[in-house]
Amino acid sequence: MKFDTIIIGGGLSGLVSGIECARAGQRTAIVSAGQSALHFWSGSFELLGHADGKAVIADPLSHIQSLPERHPYRVIGADRLRSLLGRVPSILGDAGLKVSGSLDANHLRLTPLGFMKPAWLTLNDYVALDADAPMPWKKVALVNIYSYLDFYPRFLAAGLEKKGVECHMATVNIPQLDILRRSTTEMRATNMSRFLTDEAVDDLAFKINEVATGCDAVIMPAILGIFSDEPVERLRRAVKCPVWFIPTTPASVPGVRCQLSLRDLFIRLGGEFLPGDTVKRGEISDGRLHRLYTVNLGDMPLEADNFVISTGSFFGHGLIADMEHIYEPALGLDLNVSEGRTAWYDKDFYAPQPYMTFGVVTDDDFHPSWHGRTVSNLYATGALLAGFNALKEGSGAGITLATALHAASRITGA
Amino acid sequence: MTLQQQNISDNNFESCIKCTICTVYCPVTAVNPDYPGPKQAGPDGERYRLKKPLFYDEALKYCLNCKRCEVACPNDVRIGDIIQSARIKYAKSRPSLRDTMLANTDFVGSMASTFAPLVNFTLGLRPVKYLMDATMGIDEHRTFPKYSSTRFETWYRRKAADTQAKFDRQVAYFHGCYVNYNFPQLGRDFIKVFNAIGIGVQLLGKEKCCGVAKIANRCIKEATRDAELNLRSIREAVGNGLDVMLTSSTCCFTIRDEYPHLLHLDNADVRDHISLAMRTLYRLVDEGKAKLVFRKDFHKRVAYHVPCHMEKLGWGIYSSTLMKMIPGLDFVHLDPHCCGIAGTYGFKKEYYDYSQGIGRPLFDQILESKVDSVATDCETCKWQIEMSTGVPVENPISLIAQALDVEATMKANGVTVPPVAD
Repeated sequence: MKFDTIIIGGGLSGLVSGIECARAGQRTAIVSAGQSALHFWSGSFELLGHADGKAVIADPLSHIQSLPERHPYRVIGADRLRSLLGRVPSILGDAGLKVSGSLDANHLRLTPLGFMKPAWLTLNDYVALDADAPMPWKKVALVNIYSYLDFYPRFLAAGLEKKGVECHMATVNIPQLDILRRSTTEMRATNMSRFLTDEAVDDLAFKINEVATGCDAVIMPAILGIFSDEPVERLRRAVKCPVWFIPTTPASVPGVRCQLSLRDLFIRLGGEFLPGDTVKRGEISDGRLHRLYTVNLGDMPLEADNFVISTGSFFGHGLIADMEHIYEPALGLDLNVSEGRTAWYDKDFYAPQPYMTFGVVTDDDFHPSWHGRTVSNLYATGALLAGFNALKEGSGAGITLATALHAASRITGA
Repeated sequence: MTLQQQNISDNNFESCIKCTICTVYCPVTAVNPDYPGPKQAGPDGERYRLKKPLFYDEALKYCLNCKRCEVACPNDVRIGDIIQSARIKYAKSRPSLRDTMLANTDFVGSMASTFAPLVNFTLGLRPVKYLMDATMGIDEHRTFPKYSSTRFETWYRRKAADTQAKFDRQVAYFHGCYVNYNFPQLGRDFIKVFNAIGIGVQLLGKEKCCGVAKIANRCIKEATRDAELNLRSIREAVGNGLDVMLTSSTCCFTIRDEYPHLLHLDNADVRDHISLAMRTLYRLVDEGKAKLVFRKDFHKRVAYHVPCHMEKLGWGIYSSTLMKMIPGLDFVHLDPHCCGIAGTYGFKKEYYDYSQGIGRPLFDQILESKVDSVATDCETCKWQIEMSTGVPVENPISLIAQALDVEATMKANGVTVPPVAD
């Protein structure tokens, strides 16, 4: 089966490069081995949250010079980063996801444990505060759902009270959710969101209004709007003060929403999404990748002019570690892995871990190499790449999106 | 072998990282909170059941074995297999008379097709439906598929067999119960298309029901016996150089994957020779070994529903790509949703409302899309969608057959064997 471009990996990176290729009129396919890490999404994308051991607020792009030389941001360069990433809000908007944020300054997002962390883009219904501005509320209601265990108001309150915000903790219930308590394990954000539509939203709003009197805002777990904005908008209309959401443990409602919205946009643009399939091997010769063999398609390979590999790091199985080796399982690409298991990690759990920076070695255009030779029609993007520590830098989403858009722009010539 | 590799069971439940993504995509969880969800029913529950079988939860019966949990799982855990294996191993109740009857599609089919006009008439009567509901628990709202008075095998022997022998290239056909007893036209459409590109179609020496209904209703001894017979026939055909074609995605999935995973029958020697007709047709067209010429007067707006087991096979792209090749076919994509019937599940009174609730988003999208027909590769999806939307449902190979310019296709492929007379 022949395509113009085939993308291995159906997470944020694969979907965004797929969308851009399909939009340019390319016959594009995405091979996705199970659902992606987007299901763990917080509702915010980070660009560069920390540099030189300090939180970055103003002008994050000016800090990329302090990153290691082979860091993906430095390879792309600040000017091109600005132009690539500038497209992200409109791509998300096309998928129906409304975000706020700027490349010129980070804002602060409120984490589920009550910390403020620098972020670049945040979904409109999630807490995003200007770093220099005073807290916008004097008193907030932290509203949980009765018997829901994945929301921690006391942590939030501890964080907010440090900033001088008075917190009123309350728990509400509506009978429409009683049904979920019939099974002890199923009181989950995504399950609740299926039942929180139409009149159930009005009933929930009524209960929230009862406990939020005298509060400037309601902060509650993200349990609405898994398939559309409608329930969220309905709730915000009915609650008497502004409502803000906090992401929950996975699968997160904003994460599922983002995954499905981007996938649907890709398919609307004519893309072929192959769910639940895994690339077993590829045929590489003369510095080009010719075809891929997958578990489901068996002896009928996928061929394309260009390929993108966006399979993630260890968590996404883009990298596999066994007791002796770390390898890239789809194509066997070259990695920057240190020799010997003990060199993979630091015994201080909180120290920067070497394995976090392991990944696929590429040239300056993000072409990976295979047996020491560059593969010129293949691009590697996102968490699979070597040379950065997304956790310490707060840079994962920015790298994912920038490298995905870089690959798409090279492939489409846009 | 490393320590980590030795720590994984056959059904790999240890690979579960408890992310709960499977539960998000479970169609049963969405409508039935009594179901513990695939993570709890599958890998989580398995840990307990391995300690003590008394941890088995009867609510696992709500799983309809769509395998959408497996398609969604980032860690390739065989969640659906774990749940079905647990039902087979631990469920205490014996299959009821109703379940046994629903499971024995070939026995019931052979009886019903013998008296087809009477059976079709009777099964359509309100009092009969009411009686079946009251006495057997087959929901009175369910429309039964019509039985055919001439079985496909009979038609084939009388009308088609002689012609098939004249082709140089041959494939074998596992037609399944539905084609044989209910809808021989599907088998005839398949033969029409393959004959037009110069390929003859042979029946297997013997075939029984693929076993999907028996597995779902836990008639495992009978399912295994049938499966062994089917595998013998398939091995014989493959030994004679024939690949085995199917026109039902569920039969195909069952024989390829459920035989080894649930019945523990090794089919590795023949598995790659078992394929859906649409996949093989795509391969022939793609490799330039067959040409399809379509009629200019064919016009149809068609929505394609990828059946759950087709989604699991990963082969929906073959059907959709071939249908998109038909110039007069206006293709409409449908979101991935289970239709809710899951073979015999949707016939059962106690599941009927869940079955309809699961399919609701799909039915709504079909009704909104204003299509002439729905295409799908599974017969039970067809029953459910036709009953619930009133929109006719056709197998993709039937659409190819309708749109095909047979004469021009034969000419393009250098075929001189005259087509089987209708």
